Amino acid sequence: MIGRVFSALGLLALAPTLWAAGAIEGEVQRQPLNVSAIIMFVLFVAATLGITYWAAKRSKSASDFYSAGGRITGFQNGLAIAGDYMSAASFLGISALVFTSGYDGLIYSIGFLVGWPIILFLMAERLRNLGRYTFADVASYRLGQTQIRTLSASGTLVVVAFYLIAQMVGAGKLIELLFGLNYHVAVVLVGVLMVLYVLFGGMLATTWVQIIKAVLLLSGASFMALMVLKHVNFDFATLFSEAIKVHPKGEAIMSPGGLVKDPISAISLGLALMFGTAGLPHILMRFFTVGDAKEARKSVFFATGFIGYFYILTFIIGFGAILLVSTNPAFKDSTGALLGGTNMAAVHLADAVGGSLFLGFISAVAFATILAVVAGLTLSGASAVSHDLYASVIKKGKANERDELRVSKVTTLILGVLAIVLGIAFEKQNIAFMVGLAFSIAASCNFPVLILSMYWKRLTTRGAMLGGWLGLITAVALMVLGPTIWVQILGHEKPIYPYEYPALFSMIVAFVGIWFFSITDRSAAANEEQNKFYSQFVRSQTGLGASGAVAH
Amino acid sequence: MNDSTYKRIEQNPRFQELVAKRDRFAWSLSFLMLGLYVAFILLIAFEPQVLGARISDDSPITWGLPIGVGLIVAAFALTGIYVRRANGEFDEMNKEILKEAQQ
Repeated sequence: MIGRVFSALGLLALAPTLWAAGAIEGEVQRQPLNVSAIIMFVLFVAATLGITYWAAKRSKSASDFYSAGGRITGFQNGLAIAGDYMSAASFLGISALVFTSGYDGLIYSIGFLVGWPIILFLMAERLRNLGRYTFADVASYRLGQTQIRTLSASGTLVVVAFYLIAQMVGAGKLIELLFGLNYHVAVVLVGVLMVLYVLFGGMLATTWVQIIKAVLLLSGASFMALMVLKHVNFDFATLFSEAIKVHPKGEAIMSPGGLVKDPISAISLGLALMFGTAGLPHILMRFFTVGDAKEARKSVFFATGFIGYFYILTFIIGFGAILLVSTNPAFKDSTGALLGGTNMAAVHLADAVGGSLFLGFISAVAFATILAVVAGLTLSGASAVSHDLYASVIKKGKANERDELRVSKVTTLILGVLAIVLGIAFEKQNIAFMVGLAFSIAASCNFPVLILSMYWKRLTTRGAMLGGWLGLITAVALMVLGPTIWVQILGHEKPIYPYEYPALFSMIVAFVGIWFFSITDRSAAANEEQNKFYSQFVRSQTGLGASGAVAH
Repeated sequence: MNDSTYKRIEQNPRFQELVAKRDRFAWSLSFLMLGLYVAFILLIAFEPQVLGARISDDSPITWGLPIGVGLIVAAFALTGIYVRRANGEFDEMNKEILKEAQQ
C-alpha cells in the first residue's frame, strides 16, 4: 500500500523537466527561420526597452532600484509573481504532459499551486513587515548582521547561479527550436537584454517586463483554450470523448496514471518544490515591492488566481493538442513522432488554431517569458551582493547610497557576462537537474533560516549560521555525490548518494543543526538576541516601523 | 521605533487577542489546504479508480476532473477568505492598537 503513496508522490519526480526552461533536452532540430515570430519578438523587445527607458527616468534611489520604491500595487505584483511562476517550461511542459498522459498533467499543476496559500497564511505579511530589499533583511533582523547576511547572500548567489544556467541553456535551445536562430546568438541576446533591463530600469522595469509577459502569456493561452472549446462547440463532453477516441491510451487519459520512481527521490523533490518556493530569492524580493502588508496579501491572492487559471488553460490546451495536433500529419515526422518533440505540442496547437501569425506570437511570448525570469534572477543576485555583502558586511552599514548602487550595477554586468559564458559552456550538458538543485538549496538553507527567524524565539546567530551552512553544504555535497554529477558527469561507476535530490536529508540537517546550535548557545549575545524577539514579533504582526512606500 | 512602544504593544491585551485570532485563522486554513491536498494524493495512491470513475454513464467526464479543478479553485478561494478577513477585521484591530500605542 505504502508503495502506492510513493508512486503517487513519484509523479512529482518528473517535475524538474517542467521547471527548467530546459524542457527541451539534448539535441534539438533547428527550425527554419521563423520570420513572423522574430517580428513579434522585436516588437516585444522594443516595448520593454521603452519601459526600461521610462523606468530609468524614475529610478534614482536605492529603494527604486531594489524594490521599485514600494509603489507596485497588489494586483500588479500578483501578476508579476504569477509571471515568475509561469515559465516557458511550465507552459510547454505541462501542456505536453497533458498531451501525452492526460489527467496526470492536472495532478502536477495542483502540486505546484498548493504552496502559495501556505506562503500567504504563514509568511507574506511577516516578510513584508520585517524586510526592506532582500530576505536577508528579515533573517538578520535581530541576529548578527555579518554572519547572517553572508550566509543569506551565499544562499542567494548559489540559487541564482544554478537557476540562471538552467534558464540560459533552456533559452538557447528553445530559441533555436522556435526561431531557427543560432544557439550562441540566442544566449548572447538573452544576456544582453536582461542586463539592459536591470541596469537601467531596476526593479520597476523588471516588474513591468514580467507583468507584460504574464498578460501576453495569459491572453495567448486563453485564446488557444477558447479556440479549442469553439472547435467542440463549447461542450466539454465532446472534447473529452473525441480525445479518448484518438489518443493511443484511450480511456486511461481521464484517470491518474501514476509514474513510479524511487520514493525517496520523489519525496525529496516534493519537499524541495514546496519549501523551495518559499526560499527563492527572486520570488521573496517581490514582497518588498508593495507598500504594506495589505498589498502583500493581495499580491498572493491575485497570483494564486492567475496561476490556477493558467493551469486550467494548459489542461484544455493539452487536450486540444490531442484533438487537433496528434491527428494532423503536418505536425509529425516520418516516424509519426511530433516535430520537435512532445514539448512542442502547445506550439503546434497555436499554429493549428491561429495560423502562422499566432504561432509567431506564441513563440515570441515563450522567449519573452525567459527574458523576464532571468531579469528577476539577475536583480536578486545583484541585490545580495550590493545590499547584503557590500553595504552590510564590508561597509558595516555605513556605505553611502551612491556607492551601493554602483556596486549593484557592476554586479549586474558581471552576472550578465557570467550567465552568457556559463550558458555557452553548459550547452551540451543535461541541465534539467539544476532547477531541482536550486530549489533544494533554497529549501535547505534560505527557507529554514528565514522561517525560524520569524517564528522561533530561541534562534541565535550561531544556530542560524552553523545550521544554514550545514544545510547548504549538505545539499551541494549530496548533489555532487549523487547519480547526476558523480556518475553521469564525473564518470564514476556508482553514486555515493543514491538519490536524485538532496532536500529530504539536507533540510533535516539544516533544521536539526539550527536547533542544536541555538539551544546550546549560552553566550551573552545569544541572550540579547532572544530578548530582541519581542520587538521583532510586534513589528512583524503590526507593521509598526516597517519600511513603507516612498513618496516622490 | 523605540523599544518601549514595542513593549507597550506587546502587553496590550488587544494585541494578544489579534495575534491569537490571526494565528488560529492562518493555521486552520493552512491545515485545511494541506489536508485537502494530502487527501487528494492519498486518493490517487489508494483509490485511483474513484477519480477515474465516470460522473454518469453517458459522459466521458470522470470524477477526477471536478475534484482536481475544485482543488485549484479551493486554493484560490482560501487565499481570498484569508485576505478578506486579514485586510478587513484584523487590519482594523491593528490600526486601533497602533493608535493606542502612539498616545
